[in-house]
Amino acid sequence: MSPRLKGILFRMAQAIPVVIGVVIIGFVLTRALPGDPAVYFAGAAADAASIAEIRKTLGLDLPLPQQFLIYVGDLLSGDFGESISTGQPVIADLASRLPASLELTLVALLLSCAIAIPLGVMAATRPGSLIDHACRVLVTAGVSLPTFFTGVVLIYLFYYLLGIAPSPLGRLDFIYIEPDRITGFYLIDSALAGDGETFLAALRQLVLPAITLALFTLAPIARMTRAAMLGALSADFVRTARAAGLTGRTVRYTYAFRNALLPVVTTLGMVFSFTLGANVLVEKVFAWPGIGTYAVEALVVSDYAAVQGFVLAMAFLFVALNLVIDVTYTLIDPRIGFEAS
Amino acid sequence: MLSVTNLAVRFQTRRGPVDALKGVSLDVASGEILGVVGESGSGKSVTAYSIMRLLEAGGQVTDGTVRYGGVDLSDPTETQMGNIRGREISMIFQNPRAALNPIRRVGDQIGDVLRRHARATRTTARAEAIRALEAVRIRDAAARVDAYPFELSGGMCQRVVIALALACDPKLLIMDEPTTGLDITTQKAVMDLVADLIRDRGMSAILITHDLGLASGYCDRIMVMRDGEVVERGTPLSLFTTPDHPYTRRLIDATPRLGAQIRELLPVEARTPLPERRVEDEPLLEVRNLVKTFPSRSGPVHAVRDVSFTINKGQTLGLVGESGCGKSTTSSMVVRLLDPTSGQIIFRGEDLAATPASRFARDPRRARIQMVFQDATNSLNPRHTSRQSIAEPLRRLGDGASDERIAELADLVGLPLPLLDRFPHQLSGGQKARVGIARAIALDPDLLILDEPTAALDVSSQAVVLNLLIDLQARLGISYLFVSHDLNVVRLLCDQVIVMQGGSIVEQGPAEQVMRNPATDYTRTLVAAAPQPPALQQEEQGL
Repeated sequence: MSPRLKGILFRMAQAIPVVIGVVIIGFVLTRALPGDPAVYFAGAAADAASIAEIRKTLGLDLPLPQQFLIYVGDLLSGDFGESISTGQPVIADLASRLPASLELTLVALLLSCAIAIPLGVMAATRPGSLIDHACRVLVTAGVSLPTFFTGVVLIYLFYYLLGIAPSPLGRLDFIYIEPDRITGFYLIDSALAGDGETFLAALRQLVLPAITLALFTLAPIARMTRAAMLGALSADFVRTARAAGLTGRTVRYTYAFRNALLPVVTTLGMVFSFTLGANVLVEKVFAWPGIGTYAVEALVVSDYAAVQGFVLAMAFLFVALNLVIDVTYTLIDPRIGFEAS
Repeated sequence: MLSVTNLAVRFQTRRGPVDALKGVSLDVASGEILGVVGESGSGKSVTAYSIMRLLEAGGQVTDGTVRYGGVDLSDPTETQMGNIRGREISMIFQNPRAALNPIRRVGDQIGDVLRRHARATRTTARAEAIRALEAVRIRDAAARVDAYPFELSGGMCQRVVIALALACDPKLLIMDEPTTGLDITTQKAVMDLVADLIRDRGMSAILITHDLGLASGYCDRIMVMRDGEVVERGTPLSLFTTPDHPYTRRLIDATPRLGAQIRELLPVEARTPLPERRVEDEPLLEVRNLVKTFPSRSGPVHAVRDVSFTINKGQTLGLVGESGCGKSTTSSMVVRLLDPTSGQIIFRGEDLAATPASRFARDPRRARIQMVFQDATNSLNPRHTSRQSIAEPLRRLGDGASDERIAELADLVGLPLPLLDRFPHQLSGGQKARVGIARAIALDPDLLILDEPTAALDVSSQAVVLNLLIDLQARLGISYLFVSHDLNVVRLLCDQVIVMQGGSIVEQGPAEQVMRNPATDYTRTLVAAAPQPPALQQEEQGL
C-alpha cells in the first residue's frame, strides 16, 4: 500500500470517534429540546390517551438508554428512522434535499472563487491602487448585506422589474420534468441525460440564489487571498526569483500564488462548512428545497429522527471535506507528508 | 565595469522619510571582488538592492547614477532590469533556504531562470539545470535536481542559490551576507567555491558582510559603511594595519581574532582592567555518560552518545561543533528542558536527571540553572516590557519582583533604567540581549547556559555583551556553559572547551591549548575555517 493511501485510510479511521461523538450528542440534544413530538403528531384535538398511544408507537415511552440502543441498532442496519412531519424515511429526505443544498453551495463557491481569488491577487500585486480599494468596497458591501436582503433585492430587480429571471420557486420551473436521478444534482443529471433545455432551466433557477450566497462569501476568500499573496510576494524566494531576472507572470503565479494557495484552501474549507449550514435564509427566500430548511422545520416540531439524520449527515460531510482539504494540502505543498505519524 | 555615483535612497516610513543612503559611490572593475562591510543599518544591503532595483515598496532612489558596462541604469524600465538581472548581474542572499521557493523542485527553479534568458527550452531545461548544479560541485546532481529545498541542507541550498545565480553566466555577482546562518566549515566551503567560480569565469563580485575577517579573506578592496555613508576604502591589508577612520578602528577592534584579549574588543577608552575571577576546584556540575536517542521512522537517531564533562564553580566551559553535532541537545538536557535517555546530571551533588523535565519547571532547583537564548528578539515576549520580562522569573520562582531588585538587575547588565518600560521592538539588538541576560541572572543562578547569545548581534554589540558576561561572572561567581560555533568567541570567554562531532566529544581541554594545538583533525578543520584578518595571517606565518 502506498504511504499516501495508508495516510488517507488512517485519516478516515480518525473520523470514527468523531462520528460516535456526533451520534451521542445528536441524540442527547434532540431529547433535551423542549417540545413533544407525540403532542405535535397527535394534532390539536387529541386527548391525553391518544397522545400516550402515539408516544408508545413512536417508542418514546421507553427509558432514554433503551431508546438510544434502539436508535444505534437501527443506524447500524442503515435505518435512519422516519420523519414524522414528512412521513418519509429520513434517508430518502436527505437524499433528495442534500444534493439541492450541495449544488447551490458548490456553484456559489465556484462563482465566489472565480471572482474573489483574481480580485485578491490583483489587489495584492498593486496594494493601495484603485483596484485594491474597489476590492475592499465590494467585499465589505458583500459581507455586510444579509443574504435574505441581497436575495430579495436580486429577485426584485431581475424577476419583478426586468423579468429576466425565472420565478424564485425552487430548483426547477414546474413546466420542466425533473431529470432522471443519478447524482441528485440537477445540472449534472440533466447534462448526463443530454437534456440541454432542462439544464438551462435548472441553471436559470440557480443563478440568483448562487449570486446571493457568492456575494456573502466573497469577503473571506478575497481577504485571505490578498493577505496570503502579499505575504508571498514579499518572501525571500520571490526576491531571489526577481534577482534572477524572472518577471511578471512567472513570479506572480509560479512563485507567489502557489505558495499563497495553502491559507486560501483552508479558508475555502471553512467558508464551505459555514455556508452549507447557514444558507437556510437563502433557501427560504428562493423556496429552495434544501437541507437547511428541512432541518429547521424538523427542529421546530421536535422531529427527532430528521434532526438526528441531519446532524449525522453534516458530520459525515465535514469529515469528508476535511479529508479533501488535507489531500489538497499535500498536492500543493510537498513539505506536508501524508504519513501516519 | 559597474560604476555607482552619489547614490541616495529614501524610505517612506510611518515615522516619516528615512535616508538610508546618503550619496554612496563605488566602482567595481572587471575581475575584481569588492567588499562592503558595515553593521546593521549601515545601508550596505540597500546599496545592493538599489543597484538591482529590488528595493521594497516605500524605498526610492532619489539621486545618483548607476552605470553598468557603459549603459546608464539610473532610471531603467522593469523589462530592461529583467533582462539584466540574472544575465548580467546576479545576486545571492543570506538564509538560503528561505531564498528558494519551498514548493518547487530546485531543478525547475533553475530551469525557470534559464528559460527566461533563453538559455534553455522546455526540453533542455532539465539537462541544463543539472549542468548548473554540477558547476557548483553538487554531487549526484542528476538526483538532486528533483529535490525540494526542504530536503537539502543549508549549505546545499546555498549552492543551489549560487547555481541559480550563475546559471546564465552573469558578469557581476552581488553576495548579500551569503554565509550568515551557515556553519563555519560550510561557510568556508561556500566562500571558497564562489571565489573559485568567480576567478574561473573572470567575473566581478561585491561581497556584502558584517564580518571584516571574512571580507578581508576574499576581497581585493573593501569599503566600510556606516549610516548610509562610506567612511573608508582600502585594501584589506591597509585597512587592518592603518585604519584612518575611528569607526573602522572600532570595527577592527571588535572583531574577535586570534591573539586578542576580551577587553581589546572594546574601544580603547572603554578598556577597564579585567576584574579578578575565582575559579574554584570544587565541581558544580558533573555530567556523566549522557546519552540521548531520538526514535524516528528510519531507526533511532543517536543525538548524544556517552558525553561526560565537569564544570567547576566560577568556570566557563565552551561547547563547540557544527550544527547537528549534538551541542544543543546536550545543553537542553543540562538546562532540564529535555530528558536524557540515560546518564547522570549531577548538580551540587544531586542527580537532576532523576527529576523529569516536565516536572522540573516547578522544582526549587529550577532557579539555580538558567538560560540565555540565541535569538534575543524571539525569546522575549513581544507584549512584555523589559521590566515585565525581568520580573517574570522573580514572580514565579523568587520572592516577588520588587522595583529595587529590577533596577539593581538593570544596573548589573548596564541597561539604562528608562529602557525598562520599553517593548522589545523599541530596543536595539544589544539592549535586548541585556534584557535576556538580566532575566537569566534575576534569581542568582549558579549555572547559566549561554546558547550562542551573540550570534544575532553586530560585532560591536557582541564585544560589549561578551565583556558584560565576563564582568558578571567575576562579580557573581556564576559558572557558564557557553554553546557556540564561533571558535574565535569561544576562545575569548572560555576556560575549558569541548569539541563535539556526531554526538560524541572528540576533544576537550583548556581553551587556549585546544585552539593553538588542536589534537584532532576535526578541530583543526574548525580552527582553520575561522576567518582571520590579513595582518594576523601574516603574523602567524611569520611565527
